[in-house]
Amino acid sequence: METLTTRAGMWFVLLVLAVLASALARDTAFAVHMVIVGLAAGIALWWTLAKSKIDLVGTWLRPDNDETKYDDDPVRWGVLATMFWGVAGFLAGLVIALQLAFPALNFEPWLNFGRLRPLHTSAVIFAFGGNALICTSFYIVQRTCRARLAMPGTARFVFWGYQLFIVLAATGYLMGVTQSKEYAEPEWYVDWWLTIVWVAYLLVFVMTIVKRREPHIYVANWFFLAFILTVAMLHIVNNLDMPVSLLGSRSYPLFAGVQGALVQWWYGHNAVGFFLTAGFLAMMYYFVPKQAERPIYSYRLSIVHFWSLIFLYIWAGPHHLHYTALPDWAQTLGMVFSVVLWMPSWGGMINGLLTLNGAWDKIRTDPIIRMMVWALAFYGMSTFEGPLLSIKAVNSMSHYTDWTIGHVHSGALGWNGMITFAAMYFLVPRLWGRTRLYSLRMVNWHFWLATLGIVFYASSMWVAGMMQGYMWREYGADGYLVNSFAETVSAMWPMYVARAFGGLLYIAGFLIMVYNVWQTIAGNLRVEKPLDDAKFNPDADRPLPRTPLAQAAE
Amino acid sequence: MANDQRPDQQVPQKPAPHPGRRLDEPTGVHTVGHEWDGIEELDNPMPRWWLWTLYATIIWAVAYVIAYPAWPLLEKGTEGVLGWSSRGQLAEEMAAETSRRSPILEAIAMTPLERLPENSELMAQAVAGGAAAFRVHCVQCHGANAAGFEGFPNLTDDEWLWGGDLRAIEFTLAKGVRHPGNDETRQSLMPAYGASGILDRGQIDQVTAHVLSLTGRGPANAAGAELYANNCAVCHGADGGGLRQFGTPSLNDAVWLYGDSPAAIRQQIYQPRHGVMPAWEDRLDQATIRMLAAYVHSLGGGEDFVEVAADPAVQVDEQP
Repeated sequence: METLTTRAGMWFVLLVLAVLASALARDTAFAVHMVIVGLAAGIALWWTLAKSKIDLVGTWLRPDNDETKYDDDPVRWGVLATMFWGVAGFLAGLVIALQLAFPALNFEPWLNFGRLRPLHTSAVIFAFGGNALICTSFYIVQRTCRARLAMPGTARFVFWGYQLFIVLAATGYLMGVTQSKEYAEPEWYVDWWLTIVWVAYLLVFVMTIVKRREPHIYVANWFFLAFILTVAMLHIVNNLDMPVSLLGSRSYPLFAGVQGALVQWWYGHNAVGFFLTAGFLAMMYYFVPKQAERPIYSYRLSIVHFWSLIFLYIWAGPHHLHYTALPDWAQTLGMVFSVVLWMPSWGGMINGLLTLNGAWDKIRTDPIIRMMVWALAFYGMSTFEGPLLSIKAVNSMSHYTDWTIGHVHSGALGWNGMITFAAMYFLVPRLWGRTRLYSLRMVNWHFWLATLGIVFYASSMWVAGMMQGYMWREYGADGYLVNSFAETVSAMWPMYVARAFGGLLYIAGFLIMVYNVWQTIAGNLRVEKPLDDAKFNPDADRPLPRTPLAQAAE
Repeated sequence: MANDQRPDQQVPQKPAPHPGRRLDEPTGVHTVGHEWDGIEELDNPMPRWWLWTLYATIIWAVAYVIAYPAWPLLEKGTEGVLGWSSRGQLAEEMAAETSRRSPILEAIAMTPLERLPENSELMAQAVAGGAAAFRVHCVQCHGANAAGFEGFPNLTDDEWLWGGDLRAIEFTLAKGVRHPGNDETRQSLMPAYGASGILDRGQIDQVTAHVLSLTGRGPANAAGAELYANNCAVCHGADGGGLRQFGTPSLNDAVWLYGDSPAAIRQQIYQPRHGVMPAWEDRLDQATIRMLAAYVHSLGGGEDFVEVAADPAVQVDEQP
């Protein structure tokens, strides 16, 4: 009862604060955001109180604390959120790709490129990718620790709190609220909220590891822990700022000028390194051996590549600031660490791909394995391209061109997208207790549409970027620049159209996935010629009882 | 990492050190003995090529940080044994390029503008340099193809407000148009006939009708013609041909800076817009301005000098 009172009181205070803040707000955007926060606090308050009396919402919202089962509710919500935000984020990407090719599609001011672009990047990285990471980490940490999720109430707070962060960030972009830091656009109050949510996430994850029934911590959990810890550090340092008013949406950053730029790209590059690499490698380290039903290729390689990756990645950020006001020594640092990072990155690809040793035939027969292998191949390609682009001689041509966009998307669409799709295909039948997916043939269709989409996207941006870079630096015989900026833009138009077409194919594949997942959850099975899939024994998929290990330890 | 012995040598001799260690049939390699939710790990060594490539990049990195600026110290970073710096590289490249171009730039600056076309090689170089400078300084208003926009003159036709020979173009470039603070800037201010109450709306409509009739787009308007003769002809000419000494546009052709619709013409009489171009002599050197003049002159509408003075040092009359 005491806990209940405390919790309800907490939500009530937040509700009152939000109402007050929205009434006294200095600007409209802040007022709108505080109304959203107030609504969220109101829902949380209602749920906290309702939980004590009525049982309408059932297990859907309430942890049942059954230690003989895994706590999969937040994982299921996370899968649905990943699907939802995936559609939103990919669609925003298609729209901005079309806006670049057809500027008339910019609708001022809410739907112009400048506001939709961060909406796209945040939706795919933090909403789609972030939900995938949170839900798979909750799934994996329970299985590999053979223990039920610790702190079930906090885990639910993490999920819903994270959705609130996404809603505040996204609506903020559309209203023009931004601190203009790439991948860190949300303003101070949204940053503070995310910090609270993220610390709660770290607590749930660590406490689950603490109560594990396995003697060792599996490699996927090392990567998840590195991801959660480092992202917390990056987020806090890059968002150190002073609000102009506690009732307004504006703030000034602590670091200015080139220091600010360096901190921003220390953050920005490690968002790639620890969010999109370490976190998704953790997914890979669980789902690839599970789906292939093969042991991980090399334990030693996983140790060495984990520590070298973690040690090296954090220094690579300055390569985003080559040939700028950043001192030469710092540029050298960024470049050198990026190049040395090549092999540690590839360690993950090797360990993933060679896990298929003895099961390579599954690429032919199992479309989910095919997706995983393709994800690893794209991971390898982008982590080779990254060090290449960080070399100053290459960077002097590639920087500020669409080559960078192509590079990012071969990694994002190929690696992050494909491994997430594969993980979701693995999870959905298991989480909803189905014998298999609605259709494995549709997975195959998804695979080919996505692959074709990536080919269109990446190759058009490679061509566009290199053309752009060489046109910018093209000198005539008399030693004068040949092209004006506008001429380089119009030269890229066909590539912009090809890129948008690639994005369309990628979304088409994802919509097939959404339908497939929908039908699987609904309990339907498509009548089709069967394909291979990994086996699943629901009876064995539960925590180990507390006693045997405890006795063994004594 | 604890086990340095090769698993295949070890197993026949003694039992595996970890109870869970088992031989993986498809690959013939032992597992390390851990298992999580059915996942095991093989005891494969790190691929040799992988390890050696990692070592190679580390050795390269050490060499690079010795050769180039790298280690931050108290005052500044180490400078590297090669003595390279990005600012130094820029200064070097700029110096090399400047020394390569300077003979040409000097020649252009030394040659009187009206003599430039006679030296076709120098003229070609001036046009190339002007094209480059145009892309940096001029495209924002006049467009990448110099065809202009509404309010920004088209430079590719033969309609010139202030004259289209090399000298006239150079003067316009150097002094600007209505540029505040430049005493010699091209200056023309058409009165706001409507806004300041010189003509009433009905009269403006009549003048508009007359102006339209000049290009055959409407019937003659006697009242408008009279108003035109009293108010407009002094600057725009009796026939609407415009006068370059005032920078007044001709009204009897198809070129309209602010639009050719009756509404646009009416608006321009009521409250004229007055575009401004910067005086580039404040920002660019003489050679660049000359090259720009040569480039703009070369775009299609450039006019010849009516008379070329015997002594080039004597400035020729700008206007025909």
